[in-house]
Amino acid sequence: MMEPVKHEWPLYEVFVRSKRGLNHVHVGSLHAADDQMAIHHARDLYTRRNEGVSIWVVKAADITASSPDEKDPFFAPSADKVYRHPTFYDIPDNVPHM
Amino acid sequence: MTTQLSEEDLERHFERTVEHDLRLEPRDWVPDGYRKTMIRQIAQHAHSEIIGMQPEGNWITRAPSLRRKAILLAKVQDEAGHGLYLYSAAETLGADRGDLTERLISGRQKYSSIFNYPTLTFADVGVIGWLVDGAAICNQVPLCRCSYGPYARAMIRICKEESFHQRQGYELLMTMMRGTEAQRRMVQDATNRWWWPSLMMFGPPDGDSPNTAQSMAWKIKRHTNDELRQRFVDMTVPQAEALGVTLPDPELTWNAERGHYDFGEIDWSEFKEVLRGNGPCNAQRVAHRKAAHDDGAWVREAAAAHARKVRETA
Amino acid sequence: MVAVSFDNAYEAVSEANDEARWAFGTGFEDPLAGVDTSLPSGVDGDDLATYCLMLGDDALVMSHRLQQWCTNAPELEDEVALANIGLDLLGQARLLLTRAGKADGSERSEDALAFFRDEQDFRNVRLAELPNGDFAFSMARLLVFATWRLALLQRLTDSRDPVLAAIAAKGVKEVTYHRDYAAQWTVRLGDGTEHSQQRMQAGLDAVWPFVGELFEPHPVIARLPAIAVDPGMLREEFDGVLTQVCSAATLSMPGTPPIAGVAGRTGCDGVHTEEMGFLLAELQSLARAHPEATW
Repeated sequence: MMEPVKHEWPLYEVFVRSKRGLNHVHVGSLHAADDQMAIHHARDLYTRRNEGVSIWVVKAADITASSPDEKDPFFAPSADKVYRHPTFYDIPDNVPHM
Repeated sequence: MTTQLSEEDLERHFERTVEHDLRLEPRDWVPDGYRKTMIRQIAQHAHSEIIGMQPEGNWITRAPSLRRKAILLAKVQDEAGHGLYLYSAAETLGADRGDLTERLISGRQKYSSIFNYPTLTFADVGVIGWLVDGAAICNQVPLCRCSYGPYARAMIRICKEESFHQRQGYELLMTMMRGTEAQRRMVQDATNRWWWPSLMMFGPPDGDSPNTAQSMAWKIKRHTNDELRQRFVDMTVPQAEALGVTLPDPELTWNAERGHYDFGEIDWSEFKEVLRGNGPCNAQRVAHRKAAHDDGAWVREAAAAHARKVRETA
Repeated sequence: MVAVSFDNAYEAVSEANDEARWAFGTGFEDPLAGVDTSLPSGVDGDDLATYCLMLGDDALVMSHRLQQWCTNAPELEDEVALANIGLDLLGQARLLLTRAGKADGSERSEDALAFFRDEQDFRNVRLAELPNGDFAFSMARLLVFATWRLALLQRLTDSRDPVLAAIAAKGVKEVTYHRDYAAQWTVRLGDGTEHSQQRMQAGLDAVWPFVGELFEPHPVIARLPAIAVDPGMLREEFDGVLTQVCSAATLSMPGTPPIAGVAGRTGCDGVHTEEMGFLLAELQSLARAHPEATW
């Protein structure tokens, strides 16, 4: 086997308009290598391929977001990113209260 | 620029949100412990959905009617979808799905121990729907109001689909019980094998569950393990009677005083052994998931390389 | 936000009026609703049944191979996609086998036909039964299968048999999607890494010997003018699509020669590869172990 390759498919956010007259609504996210694949997967996963619905996909990294509260200077450096990536600590399962 | 808030202010805000039963959302400040607990719980839940595809997937190609085959394939597909919803929720907390998958296949993160038991006959498909999905629903319905918004929303969607799973499982068992003697034997045998592991799905007894108090304070968890287990037993006994199978516990009796069924002692040493990795299928399940992930590496890499090429020529 | 009462644990699940939020599909309509299911005049029922079995067995056997990808896909999103394709084809198989059991007057059910027929009575093309191989082989096979089947179903929507026409109309939407999925993967793997290009080319080359069989004339089809589709008519469209995909994928169109049948007989005559016996053993074992059972 080749050496393991790090997952490089970016995260996409998925927005679905389930029927005419409604707004697109954020329904979740998925990983895809490209926009086409993202649309395909979004249709499979979030609409079960219902033909009548309209889907938007957008790379999560391309979304600019406001803060939910006007009080989060903690995140000022990453304020334009929806998803932060804090260090992900390895916690053994037997450590209580983590 | 907004004014700098102290950590105490943020913590107060977090606690107020939890206290008022409001949802915490991805960009809200949360204590590190909350974030880690939440990521671990959601990831383990996602892993359980993905590993849980294996025992049932085992019967898709052998399903004895085309209708059952379609239902089973759709159900296992749903589980992949549930896993994706959950990984998606974990990613809103800053986790990375690739990392979480690594943790699963290297054995550093766990999944529900129920999936370390084998599916030996087609009746197991029905009993998993009835008991395992039934227990999962008991566990998961309260999570629909978990304090973390993306997880709660994923759980609502998942619970809706799980209730379909439970119904189809029970309906398969009813059909089998109306069938041949061999089919009835299969159902009873599967019930015997899955009953106790299903009760273990709720986790150790309250006295041995050190994380429960904190999780309940944070409204990640709404009921204790024993409360949920009791609810499941109370729900299931009449279903077993309607089905005509015997639950393998001679001590199972209605306690009018408590208004609940009493049931026998769970063999916690078995539970611990399976948790330690020594269940009948632990090694097989993780090896299977690892093989699929490793075998797919060149495919994922190729798609990423193609996307890069397209971007560069655009 | 309205606070929801959770005293009843199930309330959160049965909350009404949120279908729009979850955006799930609305389920599938019955493709045969309102369709006249009596046999068209002047048609030999046995021939029509045989043709339905050809189309139905292709779908059933191909679905079986896709089912075997379950829990083995290269990425979780592809688990969902491959299962969808498998489910679509299984649905087509059920309709077609049911039609076969009606057309020949035997009243055999879809299950009687799927689980209790012997290998020599299965009429699928050999392409469908080949083992999955790696993801490249499976995508090459799916591309060939879906391109061929889409061309076929598109023409079948004009069939004089209203049932076949209705099944085809449903299938066209589905198989368009299957072809698209396979074509996109063929391009990604072909024009991906050096390694993936080699594997994709190898997959396509390995599939190619089984392509010729798809376009061979068959006496049963010849006896069903205006009902069945003449496979020879499909070759041009097929080659056009494959050429386009191969070009986008930087792959060469394979030149591997067609693989022979036995004394000229191939899959749709009931003469299969050695793999077919194992496939049926898996598919049929449980149903045959309990012939009296209902499931």
